[in-house]
Amino acid sequence: MNQESSRIHSSRTILVLLVCLLLLAAGFSLLIGRYPSVQISSPAAIAADEMAYRLVMNLRFPRMLIAILLGMSLSAAGLVFQMIFGNPLVEPGFLGVSQGASFGAAFAIIFLGNTAALVQTSAALFAIAGLVLSYFFAHRLRYGGWVLRLVLAGIAVSALFSSGVGILKYMADPLSQLPEITFWLLGGLSSSTWGKFLSILPVVTISLVVLLLLRWRLNLLSLSDAAAFSLGASPRVERGVLLGAAVLAVASVISVSGMVTWVGLIVPHIARRLFGADSRVTLPATLLIGGLFTLLCDDLARILLPGEIPLGVITSLLGAIGFIFLLSMTGIRSQR
Amino acid sequence: MTAPILSLDRVDFHYDGNHQNVLKNLSLQISEGSVTALLGPNGAGKSTLLHILLGWLQPTSGDIRLKDRPLHSYTRREAGQMMALVPQIEHMPFDYSVLEYVLLGRTPYLNPLEMPRKEDLEASHHALELAGLGEMETRTVTSLSGGERQLVLLARALAQQPHVILLDEPTSHLDLANKVRLIRILRQLHASGSTIFLTTHEPDVAAAIASEIVLLRGGSLLTAGSVSEVFTEENLTAAYGVPVRIIQVDGQKVALWT
Repeated sequence: MNQESSRIHSSRTILVLLVCLLLLAAGFSLLIGRYPSVQISSPAAIAADEMAYRLVMNLRFPRMLIAILLGMSLSAAGLVFQMIFGNPLVEPGFLGVSQGASFGAAFAIIFLGNTAALVQTSAALFAIAGLVLSYFFAHRLRYGGWVLRLVLAGIAVSALFSSGVGILKYMADPLSQLPEITFWLLGGLSSSTWGKFLSILPVVTISLVVLLLLRWRLNLLSLSDAAAFSLGASPRVERGVLLGAAVLAVASVISVSGMVTWVGLIVPHIARRLFGADSRVTLPATLLIGGLFTLLCDDLARILLPGEIPLGVITSLLGAIGFIFLLSMTGIRSQR
Repeated sequence: MTAPILSLDRVDFHYDGNHQNVLKNLSLQISEGSVTALLGPNGAGKSTLLHILLGWLQPTSGDIRLKDRPLHSYTRREAGQMMALVPQIEHMPFDYSVLEYVLLGRTPYLNPLEMPRKEDLEASHHALELAGLGEMETRTVTSLSGGERQLVLLARALAQQPHVILLDEPTSHLDLANKVRLIRILRQLHASGSTIFLTTHEPDVAAAIASEIVLLRGGSLLTAGSVSEVFTEENLTAAYGVPVRIIQVDGQKVALWT
């Protein structure tokens, strides 16, 4: 009993610490940049320089907020997917979501006139279409249990969309459209505006609140359908609600960021290493670590080279290195 | 004989896309407070019957009643408070602590937006004590031995505070010491009034704990009744299709094949 309460207490302390870190990083991200050269400006200097002030308020501020929402959504969705599929190696792009969004964006870039709003809408709609199609095919499959059927259907739908992306790239104008598609596929936040932030804020907020409220159920849903059923739950309905909320959040954020990979895979692992498996703690921790990680990656993307590096490149580089590091560390698990 | 808590009336069952019946015209009554062992060879339909009693599989035809109502009229939460399942084996993908795992047994008492409360924590502690795992609650489930995992699954079922406990081959992964431990716990539960229904392919386990035995073969009821009526050489020979002898050691019946 005592051990249990002291563990909860120390979890709380680390969570509060993470909140502070995230706020610090948010402030820091407003001050760091490439204007007038790569530097950290003091708040006073920014207030004195009108250009710098406008830069911070109109570009860095919405970009910082979008980076946090992006990291939170991808990581939380990653945790939800990993727990619902009882598999620590899946990520939110599963079930045709990422490939659907890529197809939607490429489609809009070529056929719908390449305006930001249309690319965003099309990417979000096709991401959701990926999930719906996966669900539909999973119902039709006559092989294996429900989770396995969903996974198989997701693989098939992803493959369909990714071949579609291949065809679209082949059709694209190599001078105007292809670079646009490539940049979208690499992911980045350089075109962030207040308008984009506000366009995704409602859906992302609602989805993340739903996930937070239902977070204890994730433990339950990591069990098999029959086990969750015997414990008095309706696993299919609950999985549908949680997956739906996770995918809505992801579809919204990637519609403005493009493909940003690895965040949703690695962050839940870090959270589990720090806090154990119980999703009551792991989900809030995942939100905070995801926001922090993505924000810092985006800062690097902005300042590391004279030209901007695509965010997806940085997250996959750091994510993969971190993943190898995490998996080769032993002993942390058994200390709990 | 007390009133049946669970009853099956002419239940048929076949899986989707396969028209051969796994269960055929099965009628059965389980009385409150009894320990019933469902005994039969591999493939007799034992696990299927267990999942039908749980409501996870619906019979193709026939009726099932839990207490005085049809089973399908129960909400999921009502059913979870009435009946609990101890599965034979469960894939544990994440490193939950034993306590976190057993807390899942409180699901039927919580609405989807609720987190476990103080009374749920207490019920889980109590269930862990009953299962003899009081010292292990901060261990992670993945670090446990097979026998300990089985006991954790039992503790989770006990945290549901059910009227009926269904166990699927509870002794199949246990060594002798753990088997005896489990049988003792089940006897305690029986003494405190729980209704217990377990499947097993080991006749000796059935003889050791059951008050009633149901013999199943090829999806049909071979015979059902008290241990002294059913646990005979003729019946077991007919059920398993190999010659079976029964000997008695210190008042306990043991089946041998010859």
